[in-house]
Amino acid sequence: MTVLAVRDLTVRYAPGVDAVRGVGFDVGAGEVLGVVGESGSGKTALALAMMGLLPPDARVTGSVRLRGEELLGRSDAELSRVRGKDLAMVFQDPLSALTPVHPVGDQIAEAVRIHSGATWPAARARAVELLDLVGIPGAARRARAHPHEFSGGMRQRVMIAMAIANDPVAIVADEPTTALDVTVQAQVLDVLRAAKEATGAAIVLITHDLGVVAGFADRIMVMYAGRAVESGPVEEVYRRPRMPYTIGLLQSLPRMGVAGGARPAPIDGAPLAAVEGAPLAAVEGAPLAAVEGAGPVVASAPGGGCAFRARCPVAVDACADGDPEPALVGPARHTAACVNTEATADPDEVFPLPDPVLPPVRPPRRERPAVLEVDGLVRHHPLYRGTLFRRRAGTVHAVDGIGFDVREAETLALVGESGCGKTTALMEILRLARPQRGRVAVLGQDTAALRRSRRKALRRDVQVVFQDPFTSLDPRMRVADIIAEPLAAHGVRAPGGRVRELLDLVGLEPVHAARYPHGLSGGQRQRVGIARALALEPRLLLLDEPVAALDVSVQAGVMDLLEGLRARLGIAYLFVAHDLAVVHRIADRVAVMYMGRIVEIGSVDEVYGHPAHPYTRALLDAVPLPDPRLERRRRRVPLRGDLPDPTAPPPGCRFRSRCPRYAELGAVEARRCQEHDPMPRPMSTDRESDQWAACHHPLAEARAVL
Amino acid sequence: MTTGLIARTAAEHAPGLPAPAAPRLPRRVARSKRAVAGLILLAGLFTAAFAGPLLSRWGWDDTDFAAFRQGPSAQHWLGTTQSGRDVLALTLRGTRRSLVIGLSVAVLSTGLAGLVGTVAGFAGGRLDRILMWGTDLLLVLPSFLLVAVLVPLLGGGALVPLLAAVLWMITARAVRGMAASLREREYVLAARFLGAGPVRTIVRHVLPQLASLLVVDASVNVSVAVVAESGLSYLGFGVRPPDVSLGTLVADGQGAATACPWPFAAAAGMLVLIVLAVNLLGDGLRDVLDPESGPRRGGR
Repeated sequence: MTVLAVRDLTVRYAPGVDAVRGVGFDVGAGEVLGVVGESGSGKTALALAMMGLLPPDARVTGSVRLRGEELLGRSDAELSRVRGKDLAMVFQDPLSALTPVHPVGDQIAEAVRIHSGATWPAARARAVELLDLVGIPGAARRARAHPHEFSGGMRQRVMIAMAIANDPVAIVADEPTTALDVTVQAQVLDVLRAAKEATGAAIVLITHDLGVVAGFADRIMVMYAGRAVESGPVEEVYRRPRMPYTIGLLQSLPRMGVAGGARPAPIDGAPLAAVEGAPLAAVEGAPLAAVEGAGPVVASAPGGGCAFRARCPVAVDACADGDPEPALVGPARHTAACVNTEATADPDEVFPLPDPVLPPVRPPRRERPAVLEVDGLVRHHPLYRGTLFRRRAGTVHAVDGIGFDVREAETLALVGESGCGKTTALMEILRLARPQRGRVAVLGQDTAALRRSRRKALRRDVQVVFQDPFTSLDPRMRVADIIAEPLAAHGVRAPGGRVRELLDLVGLEPVHAARYPHGLSGGQRQRVGIARALALEPRLLLLDEPVAALDVSVQAGVMDLLEGLRARLGIAYLFVAHDLAVVHRIADRVAVMYMGRIVEIGSVDEVYGHPAHPYTRALLDAVPLPDPRLERRRRRVPLRGDLPDPTAPPPGCRFRSRCPRYAELGAVEARRCQEHDPMPRPMSTDRESDQWAACHHPLAEARAVL
Repeated sequence: MTTGLIARTAAEHAPGLPAPAAPRLPRRVARSKRAVAGLILLAGLFTAAFAGPLLSRWGWDDTDFAAFRQGPSAQHWLGTTQSGRDVLALTLRGTRRSLVIGLSVAVLSTGLAGLVGTVAGFAGGRLDRILMWGTDLLLVLPSFLLVAVLVPLLGGGALVPLLAAVLWMITARAVRGMAASLREREYVLAARFLGAGPVRTIVRHVLPQLASLLVVDASVNVSVAVVAESGLSYLGFGVRPPDVSLGTLVADGQGAATACPWPFAAAAGMLVLIVLAVNLLGDGLRDVLDPESGPRRGGR
């Protein structure tokens, strides 16, 4: 039964600036529609338009019917009776969506009271019931806590509790898990699933993560430049996408094999550059730049025509004749808005595979020199209390004794949930100063013994790329000056040719040299950041989540670039990331961090194929796979709870409190976990293996490999 | 995360427009109407104050024994005072004093504020605490009183340094806060990690961000200094007779302002013009220097 029907919805911010252009869909009770698109595709505008929450200067036309009743055109007061009752919303950022000054129980009770007129005690009791339903332990006590006392995942549970407070008919969830770690994301999706079952509501799930949609949604709608370019049942669309954009999006995803641990099919390394915008000439000023992150609002294509045609590998002349209408291309109302659907019958043929970059043959790892050696590195942050008399109130064990080495021309990835200390470790290495404890050696030189001039000289060999290309470039400097800055800082006379060379190296055009950062898209900015890091020809590049802030298709292009550069220049990478799929694609070795410690380290194939530490296993399990069949077949052991308080790590094994394996152990074996902090030890006697894990009871599979 | 990026990109670059090719600073200044107006007015005032007396028949200390307390005439364009001195010449002389005092106080105090604030904010730690402790200490002193007591003791030459010394503290605190937050910005971190020294980092990355704050502060300080000097002189603590400033002129003219408004009105009007010119220039410069503020992005 269709409960939410949207027809021909258009959102116009100004004449010619349309965020959403004629989108329509139906969602039935208990059905989940996944709306997918990159930033700027209009998906959030769509959600807000349905809720009637757009600013008054946005013009919304079309029709939104909830159980047959038209919502568009109603006054705000009338909509307020529907919003939060029949139509509920879950926002992306639960911290800013909850009022910081009221206890969460009262906020939920308020939502109950507004629509049902219940008394405060009854509403509070209902709030506790709801908190219990979304899996908040000790609900009665936690209802009196304020939002800042909850972790991100717990806050999102509160938001979901509030959304289902009045048994809504439909729930709109706008990127509900984007701000969360994968392990917590899996928990929240489970809660959302439980909420759907409890209320039977229809859910519109807006996300950029194709993995989340694969596991959670029944139908999918792909948006591009404000239009629904493809929609249909999830399995059908993932298996036989027909719109070139969907095909590119699916192919640009880094994939992890589930069990095999082998490198994924060649399609992975695929046509990323093509999707990023074939390229720069088309990006210039064209509306398509939106997909490269140039803006949230897409002006309709000049002269009409399919908005994707400039980036489309199978574009034909007919594409210029107005926006293509969605046409039926498969069973179960699978539609695609593409003129040239004959060409997309075989998705693998659409985007040409780039020539694989073959890395030059290098000697085996242990014969190569170590570029970076870290041993027992410690970074503790003292916490102080009090204003007049500062006293030490505790210590955050941000990095608590980690050791690894990076050899020439290899990539080591540090992965873990936020707060595990991976970025702190990176910053400690970058300081090139004496660490609080432990030893850091770069190119064989101990950083504790460095004099000022040597340290500066060493900086030439160690460069960094930051996460957010929007904050890591000085907004007041031109691209050419930004790239030349390392040269100038080291007193190297920068020949004009060098900047052009560097721009060329990272796939930018000479015209970009005169631009300011705000004139570039996200992917282009990150390329500038990489060019700056390469200017001095470093031997070690530290990358702090270099693609986390970018859209999927742009991500793929930047990762291709990084891979190519490493193959050509022989630089070693230390790569900090939380996205395990990205790591799988780019890294040779991976170190998994938990609460300031490395719990498992080894080659990517070994760690992904046969994780020895239960935490690694849980992280891998939590990553949603962008393949509905695989995703739904997986058996996963969800990780319970959140990170423990970093000022007071549990004695013994730190992972104990969340460990699924610990919960199954007998009393004698569990004692070891309670009393002894596990030290990293090799997981195999094989000479070729270098997998180490810090666990008393590593998972049996790792042993079975022998 | 995506939404955050959207918001930032949206604010910075309207879709469809070509990337703005930013012209050089002087041309951007020339495009700001306010900055140009302020600049012209200020230049006019300077020319009048420094070149005017050369053209005038009357020196500021000449006395015309044929004309006491007269209205404007062909002889004396703005009339004469009770003691027969030419009001125009006196006002120009006073303007000159006030302009010099105002500008030098502004440059000195804002410079000091910028220096102390950036060093404290950027260095952090102990140096930061010592510098801010000293700043707070100076803040609690009754500054106007202090200047009023010290200027007569130290002589007129001490007026400028003293005024500068009591005006810089609040700005220094603001600058320090901004510098401390800028220090943690990724592009400043990037500069440090790529090997740029602290001086280079401050000059290239921190100061430009602070420029709009400092320019606005300097323009406010010009006004404050001019008005403070006038106030001090009015009370008899600032510029000493026989020398004149706008403050002494206002004080002298005030008694007879109803009967003979010329000396008073001329000095007071000049005061207003100076403050207006400096504020216009400051506002205009801020718009030009700060890419995130106001009208420039709106399509001017």
